[in-house]
Amino acid sequence: MKPRVLVVDDDSALAEMLGIVLRADGFDPAFVPDGNRAVTAFRDSKPDIVLLDLMLPGLSGLDVCRAIRAESGVPIIMLTAKSDTVDIVLGLESGADDYVVKPFKPKELVARMRARLRHHDDIASESLTIGPPESPVSIDVPGHQVRRNGGAIALTPLEFDLLVALARKPRQVFTREVLLEQVWGYRHAADTRLVNVHVQRLRSKVERDPEKPEIVLTVRGVGYKAGPP
Amino acid sequence: MSGWSRAGWARPAGSSRERSSRGSWVSRLGPLAERGWARAWAFSARGARALAREWGRSLQLRVAVTTLVVSGALVLIIGLFLVDQISNGVLRAKRSAAIAQVDTARTPATTALGGANFGDPQGVVNAVHTLKRELASSRADAGLYRVVIKTDVPLDDADVFDSEPVPAGLVALVEQGRRAIQYERIRSSPNGSLVPGLIIGEPVQGRGGLFELYYLFPLNVEQDTIALVQRTVLFAGIGLVLFVAMIAVLVTRQVVRPVRVAARTAARVAGGDLSQRIRVRGHDDIAQLGEAFNAMAGSLQRQIQRLEQLSRLQRRFTSDVSHELRTPLTTIRMAAEVLHARRGDFPPQVARSAELLQAELDRFEVLLGDLLEISRYDAGVARLEADDIDLRSVVTRAVDAHRMLATRHGCEITVQLPDARVSVQIDSRRIERILRNLLGNAIDHGDCHPVLVTVGADDAAAAVTVRDHGVGLRPGEAAFVFDRFWRGDPSRSRLTGGTGLGLAISLEDARLHGGWLQAWGERGAGAQFRLTLPRRVGQPLSSSPLPLEPADAVGSSS
Repeated sequence: MKPRVLVVDDDSALAEMLGIVLRADGFDPAFVPDGNRAVTAFRDSKPDIVLLDLMLPGLSGLDVCRAIRAESGVPIIMLTAKSDTVDIVLGLESGADDYVVKPFKPKELVARMRARLRHHDDIASESLTIGPPESPVSIDVPGHQVRRNGGAIALTPLEFDLLVALARKPRQVFTREVLLEQVWGYRHAADTRLVNVHVQRLRSKVERDPEKPEIVLTVRGVGYKAGPP
Repeated sequence: MSGWSRAGWARPAGSSRERSSRGSWVSRLGPLAERGWARAWAFSARGARALAREWGRSLQLRVAVTTLVVSGALVLIIGLFLVDQISNGVLRAKRSAAIAQVDTARTPATTALGGANFGDPQGVVNAVHTLKRELASSRADAGLYRVVIKTDVPLDDADVFDSEPVPAGLVALVEQGRRAIQYERIRSSPNGSLVPGLIIGEPVQGRGGLFELYYLFPLNVEQDTIALVQRTVLFAGIGLVLFVAMIAVLVTRQVVRPVRVAARTAARVAGGDLSQRIRVRGHDDIAQLGEAFNAMAGSLQRQIQRLEQLSRLQRRFTSDVSHELRTPLTTIRMAAEVLHARRGDFPPQVARSAELLQAELDRFEVLLGDLLEISRYDAGVARLEADDIDLRSVVTRAVDAHRMLATRHGCEITVQLPDARVSVQIDSRRIERILRNLLGNAIDHGDCHPVLVTVGADDAAAAVTVRDHGVGLRPGEAAFVFDRFWRGDPSRSRLTGGTGLGLAISLEDARLHGGWLQAWGERGAGAQFRLTLPRRVGQPLSSSPLPLEPADAVGSSS
């Protein structure tokens, strides 16, 4: 079964070229050229991953991103021509998992997509618990379930991967670079903003008070680690 | 005036009594009073300091106080002159009147006493009694003066003569047979209290002796008049001074208020609120100041808005160029990639073309990226995102990224790191970019000689030097290496495919951190680049922990 890709881009030449490359790499691409039709197309095609240009006619890329994220945790990779921090952080904050800056190399794009689509070699019934003893967070790894006080917490696959990576070694401090490699599949260090934004998003979902984190702790000057089990 | 003021009747014993009573009060309270004085002194010192501060700041206060002092002095002089003139006038009139009255009284006195023979004491007594009676009856304006009669001839029964004391100087003059006048404190009646007065001594020759007649004129009415004049002048003077000071305050207020408004508004404009204006009323000088200020602020606002708009346009342009160029470039890049991947299927010339296309696209991309980066600096939109980072880790990363390239060119990179953590507040992306640039250059120009990277730190700054032993720089070239598109030796080929913008961007990156990027080089001795960064963002740099000129080169220079 080929992974389905929804490409949201208004540039027809680029879309066609992406089609050629993606098909050659074993994907099944579908295309939509403007923001207004993107969400409907997303519901119709039920893709495994979305490639989203941020500058779109009609609904902007950020709005499309938010709309898709509101109803699904499907991986979203932004294609952006702007490498300014503000644009990238805005994109990540509206729900994108990763981004590639144009002009990107097709190999790089495919590597990122594969990292997002990678299915973990799930160990049978692996279960992790982190956080303060009075209100721990339990993770059912094969079931992709996170619970706190009996209530399920909905995380995107990326946020789930990030939490599992931290929770598997609760005492270890992870640098942003290590997390980029383990969770995003980056070969060498690239952009630590990616980690910062997603840690914020993760905290806003799993922490009781995101201002005083207990699950994902910051180690100043180094990186992050999981809170004590 | 001087005459009777010397007599001192204005305030005699009272003041000394007052002084003694205050002295006893102070001595009674003792240390408590001293502490009170000390506190009062401290308080007044503080008040004086506050006043001095206000004096320096407030034009209004200065004008008011100056006016107060000057007009006060003027009014004091005029007042003293007035009081002096009036007092003298009043006293002169009284004196003339007194002399006239004494003259009037002379005829009866001479008549009564002229015939009195000192050989006949009873006759003298009778004569004196007669004169006294006569003077008492003739004196229609009774109470105007009192007569004291004395004689230098001792009589057995001297009751008739007054024992009232008379100033000795006066007596001496009268005894010489002359009329004498003196201001002195007198009693208005034999048992009355002392009042200021005028004594006229008149000798009357009797037979065998001299009668001394002293006419005592009390001056309390005149004193009251003068006191009234003094009070009036004093109060009028104080009132006048206050009035003038008030006028000064009001007038300066009219000037100072608009000036203060202008100062406040100017401060707000300087603070960034360019829409601030002064409300202008009327057409006077102050209004003109306001109008001129508003015109200036308006022109400033227009200029700044124009510049802001230009900057915004520049930023927009940068962003638009970025997007517009990058999207087709992505397509080209992917197409080239596909061709490159299939080049084995092509005839050799087409395959080589695909390779060249691929390689040049890489260069093009780097150049585009550099251009956009430097235009971002030009537009002033570059932001520093500093984090506390160990400089050693950034250096290690940058060196590791260049090891492959270095090995390919047969060039060895040696790194000297301090043992302790070198934590610096930096934007690691930018610092790594600087280091990669410096390393790339060192490998490019190092002629396969080893490259030495050194990290040093002190309390205020951290530094990295990158030393190569290549061709070095010609004298004066160290100043140009950071220029855009500058090439040391145009004939040399580039190994790392630099764009010519690398060092210019690195310099901007260093400046954004508040740091230095400097070059040293000598023909044949190689070159050294030194990056110095403050340990904390915003700290000014004064020195670098590492020397710019490498130790092995010192002294080797000609």
